[in-house]
Amino acid sequence: MSLLEVAGLSIHAPDGRPLVRDLSFSVEAGDRLGLIGESGSGKSLTSLAIMGLLPPGMTASGRVVLDAPGLPRTDVIGAPSRRLNQLRGPAASVVFQEPLTALDPLMRVGRQVAEPLRRWRGLRGAALREAVLAALSEVRLDEPERISRAYPHEISGGQRQRVAIAMALACQPALLIADEPTTALDVSVQAEVLSLLAGLILARGMSLLFITHDLAVVASVTDRVLVLRDGAEVESGTVRDIVTAPRDPYTRDLVDSARAFDEALPGRRS
Amino acid sequence: MAATNPAATNPAATTNAATTNAATGPILAARAVNFAYPHAAPVLKDVTFSVTPGRSMALVGESGAGKTTLLRLLLGLTRPSAGAILFDGADLDLRDRDRRREFRRGVQTVFQDPYSSLDPRQRVSRIVGEPLRSLGLPGAGDTGRTATGGASRDGASRDGAATGGAGSRADRKAEVRRRVAEALHSVGLPADAADRYPHEFSGGQRQRIAIARAIVCEPRVLLADEPVSALDVTTRVRIVDLLAELKRERGLTVVMVSHDLGVVATLCEDIAVLERGRVVEQGRTDEVLGSPTHPYTRRLVDSAPRLPSLD
Repeated sequence: MSLLEVAGLSIHAPDGRPLVRDLSFSVEAGDRLGLIGESGSGKSLTSLAIMGLLPPGMTASGRVVLDAPGLPRTDVIGAPSRRLNQLRGPAASVVFQEPLTALDPLMRVGRQVAEPLRRWRGLRGAALREAVLAALSEVRLDEPERISRAYPHEISGGQRQRVAIAMALACQPALLIADEPTTALDVSVQAEVLSLLAGLILARGMSLLFITHDLAVVASVTDRVLVLRDGAEVESGTVRDIVTAPRDPYTRDLVDSARAFDEALPGRRS
Repeated sequence: MAATNPAATNPAATTNAATTNAATGPILAARAVNFAYPHAAPVLKDVTFSVTPGRSMALVGESGAGKTTLLRLLLGLTRPSAGAILFDGADLDLRDRDRRREFRRGVQTVFQDPYSSLDPRQRVSRIVGEPLRSLGLPGAGDTGRTATGGASRDGASRDGAATGGAGSRADRKAEVRRRVAEALHSVGLPADAADRYPHEFSGGQRQRIAIARAIVCEPRVLLADEPVSALDVTTRVRIVDLLAELKRERGLTVVMVSHDLGVVATLCEDIAVLERGRVVEQGRTDEVLGSPTHPYTRRLVDSAPRLPSLD
């Protein structure tokens, strides 16, 4: 059984316009899959549909089955919200693009990280405090005590995204969904966060669904990619095959565009 | 792509520049510029660089490097706390009205977000024609975009008259329409775009409209603030190609603020790397990115995400 199976997923806007069309893919335990597409391709809506978080008025059809170890196998589409609340966190959790909006501006960072630890791991008191600091250290934040006492606006964008990752990981999810997690970050911070994510995924044996518009970014963290355009799959395959031998003309355009800027840069320094 | 060749300036551009007072020196320059907002730590410290005609320049750095502040200074929107911004070799002080017009004719801007930079209530023809109305038509009469049809001739002949002397009102309107159509054509938009509104266009097309507005009065410099970072990659390539073509065909010098080294390497012959308000390294783009000497530049180059190689 796949950890995540998406079969014939379609999403319609309130006015009936199709936004995602007949999309199918699956993620096995330990898989790292990239969804790549440009604006309007439906990549973020797909991630919201997997979490059962589509904006009001949008309707999904097809199947989105989450089957995480120790949790009831559930078709997210049409599942009651009580059932979904059991899954959000331990089955799948998300890191969004903009960490500033993912964090509560009025709550100290430590308390925000503590919330999922309390809820999912049942920790209290000194054990909880220790787990918060461990979670912050795990995402390689220096001075976890200071960060834990800070409010979100008092730390940098890269630090906030690490905190958001720590919160997502605190639920010990089987599947981590990362939706453009580094797009709002400076390039040197992006490189650090990507290598952090790659390391954590490996260390914890999690599965990863990575959503991005950036081919070079996805190539550095996933094994397989699925190319989306206007809500439908264009092609899918290993990162290597897609980047070196794209079959579809749109994928080729995407790869050639990325390649044009890549080749303008000097050769990789080793 | 043009990264390794010095920009080929066309004859028209050379003539155009030659009629200007300070054609031989830098068009824009920063001399020991310092800047601090009131009661705050300095944003720019001792920034010095110059923009040579025909050699496009990239100002790169990460957030907090001072890129946006530097751009505001180059646009004359803010004055340095110390040091000077020079336009054609003279201090850029836009309190002088004639000087301001001369500067606006010579230096035009394209912003990052094509959704907020175009007035949604105006037709494209009005948006693109605005600089012609506020600055007057470059070149009197029907000379069009010829070798000498530049800002300098116009400035000398009309000396600040608000509406200019290109014949009757109807003639002027027709001339504005003709130049708008030509600018739209140059950026690859269909002629009927003129009668439409910004919301009818995609992000890439809007950025073309913004570029058409910037080039309609035939400036020598295009100041661009992250001009392609809001665009999808396939669109990004097309807009960068368009800017390269404008450089080639109009002798336009692009001064670009960007964090994207791939775009910078494609478009700009020269580069200045900013870190926390200081220029840590500058020179030819291929040399600076190919063998960076400052650790910060090296870190930027190494951080750029790369595609798996083909072999």
